[in-house]
Amino acid sequence: MNLLRPILAAAVSAAWVAGAAAQELKIGLSAEPSAMDPHFHNLVPNNALTKHVFDRLLDQDENQRVKPMLATSWRNVDETTWEFKLRPGVKFSNGADFTANDVIFSYCRVPRVENSPSSLAINVRAITRMSAPDPLTLVIGTDKPHPLLPNELSNVAILSAKANGAGQVEFDRQACRNAGSYPKTEAFNAGEAAIGTGPYRLVRFTKGDRTILERADGYWGEKPAWARVVLRPITSAGPRVAALLAGDVDMIESVPIQDIERIKGNPAYRVVQGLSNRVIYLHFNYQADSPPGVADAGGKNPFRDKRVREAIAKAIDRDAIVARIMGGVAVAAGELLPPTMFGANKEMTAAKADPDGAKKLLAEAGYPGGFTLVLATPNDRYVNDGQIAQAVAQMLTRVGLKVSLEAMTASQFFARRNRREFGFWLAGWGSDTGEMSSPLKSLVATPNRDKGMGTTNPGGYSNPAMDPLLEQALATVDDTRRAALLAEASRTVMADFGALPLHFEMTTWAFRKDLAYTPRADQYTLGMLVRKAD
Amino acid sequence: MLAFLLRRIGQSAFVMAAMALIVFVGVYALGNPIDILINPEADQIEREQAIARLGLDRPLWEQFWIFVKSAASGDLGRSFVHGVPAIDLIVSRMPATLELAFVALVLSIGLGIPLGLAAGVKPDSFVSRTIVTGSIFGFSLPNFWLGLMLILLFAVEWKILPAGGRGETRTLFGIEWSILTLDGLQHLILPALTLAIYKASLVVRLAYAGTREALLQDYVKFARAKGLRPSRILGVHVLKAILIPVVTVIGLELGSMIAFAVVTETVFAWPGMGKLLIESIYRLDRPVIVAYLIVVVALFVAINFLVDVIYTLLDPRVRLSEREA
Repeated sequence: MNLLRPILAAAVSAAWVAGAAAQELKIGLSAEPSAMDPHFHNLVPNNALTKHVFDRLLDQDENQRVKPMLATSWRNVDETTWEFKLRPGVKFSNGADFTANDVIFSYCRVPRVENSPSSLAINVRAITRMSAPDPLTLVIGTDKPHPLLPNELSNVAILSAKANGAGQVEFDRQACRNAGSYPKTEAFNAGEAAIGTGPYRLVRFTKGDRTILERADGYWGEKPAWARVVLRPITSAGPRVAALLAGDVDMIESVPIQDIERIKGNPAYRVVQGLSNRVIYLHFNYQADSPPGVADAGGKNPFRDKRVREAIAKAIDRDAIVARIMGGVAVAAGELLPPTMFGANKEMTAAKADPDGAKKLLAEAGYPGGFTLVLATPNDRYVNDGQIAQAVAQMLTRVGLKVSLEAMTASQFFARRNRREFGFWLAGWGSDTGEMSSPLKSLVATPNRDKGMGTTNPGGYSNPAMDPLLEQALATVDDTRRAALLAEASRTVMADFGALPLHFEMTTWAFRKDLAYTPRADQYTLGMLVRKAD
Repeated sequence: MLAFLLRRIGQSAFVMAAMALIVFVGVYALGNPIDILINPEADQIEREQAIARLGLDRPLWEQFWIFVKSAASGDLGRSFVHGVPAIDLIVSRMPATLELAFVALVLSIGLGIPLGLAAGVKPDSFVSRTIVTGSIFGFSLPNFWLGLMLILLFAVEWKILPAGGRGETRTLFGIEWSILTLDGLQHLILPALTLAIYKASLVVRLAYAGTREALLQDYVKFARAKGLRPSRILGVHVLKAILIPVVTVIGLELGSMIAFAVVTETVFAWPGMGKLLIESIYRLDRPVIVAYLIVVVALFVAINFLVDVIYTLLDPRVRLSEREA
């Protein structure tokens, strides 16, 4: 009896809570946002959380195409000048009117966030001039044509200048005038600076535990379905699924592959999945004369030989990886960005495996007996990353290469990769901007600090035919022409087997069957977009 | 007693300094935190700026020197990940862990001592054998498995308890406690039970062995001869004798329960210090790791001191000043 009492009490109160909470949506997140400050840490969990409270000038739809948000329209006055018309009648949660001054103030703050481990500064770096001819018009100037400005601005949250004690801010790249003292990250976490124009306002941000949001009255956009949203980080996959099945939360993100079938089989829940902007790829060390881990290659760097790269590409059975290791929750990749996105080649499908062709190419390249190499991979960063690398290693062994695997935790992997300690590695790339210049610029462009090129190309791949195409694209404001240039640049790299795409990850969400959510390529879980199913 | 306390503090200060150095060098050798903290889209310039903002551009000895200087004035550095003082982060997570450890402690003593005593009094009975065999399961089942099984049964199958998280909290002395609300207590039951089962089995074992030994002692025979009630013999004289080993072990276990309840906190998504530690290790958040371990050393010192004081209360023969630390 003593044992039964708390259980009965629990059951009764659980039923009572369930009845009262029809207006409440509880979501289990797979990663913990590190701050409520929208300019503090430029990563998916933070950006998704702050989007509930802070609107952006522009928005991205589920395929990451840019669309209006606080700006209703924008146009190029000339190649380096942009004019944004701002939405009238928008108010911050403290009652202040939204004007162009708030935008200038926000962009002034972005590069000046103290202790930020990854700021949004790159998104506003192109801006050299900014002015407000009238409160609802914003003019932004750049030094050179910068077509990605709308994409970049769709990442940057808008704060209230007035609520933070700023006057009429004058933009200056070095130091904006009249901006007052910028709010500190702690002030956002504590709530007093968390004043935005978004669909929700912050009630409580408790690190590691939960964030509670309440619907903002008088929001300018469509009224969200939920009066209250509670976001709980449940970083381990098993407990996250358990929380959904136990009814602790109504929805979870990043459902582990092994549990998808089980949840799908339960009539009380639904699973949706969509292509993400992340590609899993293999990359090579071109720089070292004898890359780490490579042996018996006749004293040469075998990866500099295109035939070797093509052989490796042919040896890999992408469909098998998708079917067996990814449980079908991925799409085999033909290039570095999914075909639905800007600048992708719609006809580029993944090549079929051809082990015999691979053997022939290796023999032609002078390695009839193969050579020894090490494949490095993280084992806790991407979906089933360690197993994918294992499968790749086996497929390469089948065509005569002697592959061993070096799997490690993400912090180790990225540090060592950036120190160029690998000869051949597996990694993933998510395109925040949602268009082709992102993977090309970072992964395969010739490294160049001043141009910001090749930041994640530690192997030093360099393609003289691709670089000018990419640079030209990045200076072409016309969307159609830019898309064509990017597509051509991508084809150039793929034809050279510069980096080998394996597959695009799919992102999954699971929720109660009376809910609905449209999968997003940016992997954001946004409470305001969760609907009640019809 | 004062000299004893001072010596203890001196020793622990040395341990803290040595540990800070080891952790500093160790995490530094693991890699650059920027590599996992920064958005991959960041270009070289942004990367350099972020490294400078976090002070990671300075040589290791200089970073360590800055840490020592500010630690001397009570500042243990700022979290790389969260941008707030590391000690604030730890302190904000502490109540959740303390209440979990406290409930687990009460459960393990409340279950362990009566069961151990009962088993020790009649060692050959069926009940006693069941208790002793059961305790073997208690300390051989892995913690994470036990936690998952409890979740599976109570939360997923029967849906009578929540699967994780901390539940509603109420403020007392400016701190949020979930132990003060019904919802919070429901959230506490499963993780506390997971933590307690191992400890309770340990206590059963100690109490069982202690009781069997004590019952053969002369003072028990004299007490019986004097005609004391059996309940008084057990409840006062025997209990006091068996408590000394129990207090020692529970003291040590309490420390590890507070400091390293990593597995239980992870399985139950319990927002305590252990979860903070493991996440900080994944993200190479060095200031938090160092500050955490310093706090833990201080905690162990405090608990051990408390254990010593309780000894003197339980056994009048023990004097703190005479004991070598």
